Amino acid sequence: MSALAALIRRDIRIALRVGGGALIGVLFFLTVTVLMPFAVGPDLALLSRLGPAILWLGALLASLLTLDRLFTADHEDGSLDLIVMSRTPLELACAAKALAHWLAAGLPLIVATPVLGLLLNLDGTATLAVALTLLAGTPALTFTGMIGAALAVTLHRGGLLLAVLVLPLSIPVLIFGVAASQAAISGPMSFGTPFSILCALSLFSLVIGPFAAAASLRHGLD
Amino acid sequence: MRLSGRNLTCVRGGRQVFSGLDVSAAAGEALAITGPNGAGKTSLLRVIAGLLVPAEGSVALEGGDNELSLPEQAHYLGHRDALKPALSVRENLSFWRDFLGGDTQDTQQCLAAVALDHAAHLPAAYLSAGQRRRLSIARLLSVRRPVWLLDEPTSALDAAGQALFVGLMRDHLAGGGIVIAATHLPLGLDARELRMGGTG
Repeated sequence: MSALAALIRRDIRIALRVGGGALIGVLFFLTVTVLMPFAVGPDLALLSRLGPAILWLGALLASLLTLDRLFTADHEDGSLDLIVMSRTPLELACAAKALAHWLAAGLPLIVATPVLGLLLNLDGTATLAVALTLLAGTPALTFTGMIGAALAVTLHRGGLLLAVLVLPLSIPVLIFGVAASQAAISGPMSFGTPFSILCALSLFSLVIGPFAAAASLRHGLD
Repeated sequence: MRLSGRNLTCVRGGRQVFSGLDVSAAAGEALAITGPNGAGKTSLLRVIAGLLVPAEGSVALEGGDNELSLPEQAHYLGHRDALKPALSVRENLSFWRDFLGGDTQDTQQCLAAVALDHAAHLPAAYLSAGQRRRLSIARLLSVRRPVWLLDEPTSALDAAGQALFVGLMRDHLAGGGIVIAATHLPLGLDARELRMGGTG
């Protein structure tokens, strides 16, 4: 267990230091969200109706932005070789890396959501609903994104391929995330139904993600 | 303890790098893999480390820990240093010590053994190529593993560093370890030579 704890600690430490991905993700999220009112115009009713969708898209793109470094950084400096050789099963190491990425890059997005909700004219309940759906849904984005990151690890400019691979996979998460937020804001559906499916998607990807990523890393060894 | 690989064949990118190669090294023995560029020295090391799957043949460690596979009992020192520039020298080393686990040594002593203890707090980004190599060598000391797989281990090291590393390899061999090194330069200790490739 201490091996996994060491891996999580290291990845979080690197993400938080200068040049790490944690702050860049939040800044990108902020920029995308701030740009939206300029594009949509000063219609407050329209903004609050689009708000949850904008926040979800922003979070999706921001988590994708930092995800491509998940394995490439370790691949480039040779760390990945040692991780593959180690006594820790590769599946667990992948899960630990994804968890560290979510803690360093996913959680700050959720913390930033209330502030950005103000910019989009969302009231307290709506902001809370969006933050809650992001909390339940962003692990699914990270863990499915990890599969794409593992597939693209040996390619130069793999980040672009990553987006093409991962964005279609994240459609279900996006649908149920936004649906749950809208249900909490305006009804008529109950919040619980789409939210449960969102949680199920996250749990599903928590199980599938590490195995698929480890398999593609092993296959891509060179 | 004996490391032996039989009838190894490696194919990379559709090209056969080597075929029908036998490798063996006993406890306390050093094996130097020599040969011209592109002869497959690194590929052979990576096959032994389990990082490349051989097209034919297999490698095994007899008399080691039966619970563990060969890669889990080996250290691999490759071209790339596996160091994170954002972390300090000590953080880099203690991460690998904790992650690799097993029979671990004190990080401060390991850094002192490669003469890097004065730079323990420095971010690895500020290290020179030779110092990075020294820090990678400290990783071999921080966790005890019987097999050392070294790829051009002395490149970038100065004369003092090379002498220091020869001493560390001697200690490792004296303790019943195995050293397999791909190298252009003489290792500086008694080593059996495995020559690969053509006449080069």
